[in-house]
Amino acid sequence: MSRYAADVAALARKDVLLELRSRDTLPAMLLFVVSALVVFHFSLPEGSSDVAAAGLLWIAIVFTALLGLSRSFAAEREQRLLDALVLAPCDRSAIWLGKVVSIVVFLALAEAVALPAFALFFRPVGWETVAAVALANLGIAGVGTVLAAMAAASRARELLLPVLFLPLAIPIVVGGVGATVADDPGRYLAFLGLYDGMFAILSWASFEYVVTE
Amino acid sequence: MIRARGLEKRFGATRVLTGLDVDVAEREFLVVTGPNGAGKSTLLALCAGLLAPTRGELEVAVERGEIGYLAHEPLLYRELTALENLHLYGRLYRVPERHERIGMLLGRFRLWDKRHERVGELSRGLAQRLALCRALLHEPPLLLLDEPFAGLDHEGAEVVDEELARGRATRTLVIATHDPDRVAGLATGTLALA
Repeated sequence: MSRYAADVAALARKDVLLELRSRDTLPAMLLFVVSALVVFHFSLPEGSSDVAAAGLLWIAIVFTALLGLSRSFAAEREQRLLDALVLAPCDRSAIWLGKVVSIVVFLALAEAVALPAFALFFRPVGWETVAAVALANLGIAGVGTVLAAMAAASRARELLLPVLFLPLAIPIVVGGVGATVADDPGRYLAFLGLYDGMFAILSWASFEYVVTE
Repeated sequence: MIRARGLEKRFGATRVLTGLDVDVAEREFLVVTGPNGAGKSTLLALCAGLLAPTRGELEVAVERGEIGYLAHEPLLYRELTALENLHLYGRLYRVPERHERIGMLLGRFRLWDKRHERVGELSRGLAQRLALCRALLHEPPLLLLDEPFAGLDHEGAEVVDEELARGRATRTLVIATHDPDRVAGLATGTLALA
């Protein structure tokens, strides 16, 4: 394993270990996504279309992700740990990628509960939805980690993160809903893949400037 | 090792350092004193590269990763054990023979018995000792210590005294402290900030 990959693995492992011990984020994400789907189930009128239901799934996913992202730099912020991490000689983008990996893991766990719950309340989940969710996770984690790091340095972080993240999540919702309901999900999945690639490069390149003054 | 000319740092409208000139030679031991708010911690953070000067020049003749930095906070993950924290930093700081180095430091700082305890469960003094282990882990040629004796009991302070004396000949030290008498025997210079 290269040094870079080893650094990323160590940082991601650290985040997963912190969550396993503190249980601050994942239980809240699980509770939120299931609660949201239950509320949507009762608020959607009888006989509503599958398209509307698909939209609600993606709303639940995006806001669950926002919940996770808002906690993603909690330890670093509260104990100023980013100072020690940015002083290390490792590539600073490894800090970003480690965080992305851990956020993807948390999102995948939340969705492992959310998708069966969605199938129970609304309609069966097809392979295209699962593929769209997997691609969306990469985009959400990639963009969201940089924005969460920016917000963590701000006093108004609770306000700043949603304000920054939600506009950038619109293409994810468009791609996700499209892939879920369209007859030809391929082009929407390709769109999500393009979004992931583009924002991964931007986020990877910009993270260094976000975590230094 | 460190050269500052006309160094100034502001946080918004608050001016913390103004027109500061500092020279720290290799293997010098500089003690930075001054009242609360004089800018001691800010100066160390500037030297570490964690803050950018508002005005003036600052040159630090070491690379990132060659600085040992002790801040007010221990910069350790509270939910991880002492050993897990040191292994994480040891990997990120490219410490050769990491296991041996960590074991030696934990022994020297009398923390070996606490190695499996989470940092959040350690007392303030033990966490401070562990923070010093973290700062020294990669054997940095430049050590920036902000109040290294804060929260330490007599035994802990003695351990830090020993450690400072041990590194005296091999590294450059800049220490911000309210207790300059404690390190007077080792210091080669003093910078009093107003």
